[in-house]
Amino acid sequence: MSTMTETTTQIYRVYIRTSPEAVWDAITKPEWTERYGYQGVADYDLRAGGRANMRPGAAMRAFEGIPETIIDGEFLEVDPPRRLVQTWRMLMDGGLAEEGFTRLTHEIESVGEGVTKLTVIHDLEDAPKLANVVSGGIEAEGGGGGWAWVLSDLKSVLETGSHMAAN
Amino acid sequence: MTDDDRVFKALADPTRRFLLDRLFVRDGRTLTELESELEMTRFGVMKHLKVLEEANLVVARRSGREKLHYLNPVPIRLIHDRWIDKYTERRVSALVDLKNELESA
Repeated sequence: MSTMTETTTQIYRVYIRTSPEAVWDAITKPEWTERYGYQGVADYDLRAGGRANMRPGAAMRAFEGIPETIIDGEFLEVDPPRRLVQTWRMLMDGGLAEEGFTRLTHEIESVGEGVTKLTVIHDLEDAPKLANVVSGGIEAEGGGGGWAWVLSDLKSVLETGSHMAAN
Repeated sequence: MTDDDRVFKALADPTRRFLLDRLFVRDGRTLTELESELEMTRFGVMKHLKVLEEANLVVARRSGREKLHYLNPVPIRLIHDRWIDKYTERRVSALVDLKNELESA
């Protein structure tokens, strides 16, 4: 059928009772990124062309064989507190690293009444293994629940100050 | 209406669940594609998609001239993390207690 579209893009959206600036800090500052989801420590040089790496947090370092850098990439657009675009590659194992760089976009927008909309757009062309990981496909094996889990936890941390990943 | 109310209301309709199932199988579809799988007018499908968008279960994005619809699992995840985990944990620990009790008897 001519109207068929094939997409390898995944989109996740969450509304958080906080400011766009607070969301920006939570996704870019290491003291925040280690508090929710996979609890990686952001190693960011926040400018176009700058380093967009993630180091394992304390919980992850407890596992044997975790590399020093778990995600690497480069910032393509840095527009605080509205838009962050980066290349993104997971280095947790050879199969994932082999798929190469994907493209990750965060869009942050105030929708009024103290609520901010955060949209994550992950273009996963030619990266079926990573697509499975970030959609929560390996959660049962302890691989974490992907973006939906990360954003749920991020909302929890920003709104209540506590998170679920540590439980 | 709270966010959770919108999600439950959106999920309380079989056509809307069908639309979510179709997007789960293949994401990023146009209205025309979704409409072709339902015995329903275009307007009817649009109305259902609007309810799903208001519940944040579907995110629509423009791609060139087309509007593509994506399944957003985050609201269901929020309900899972806040409510269902709470009950399953309690049930599991109750079963563990029962097992311990029976085995020590």
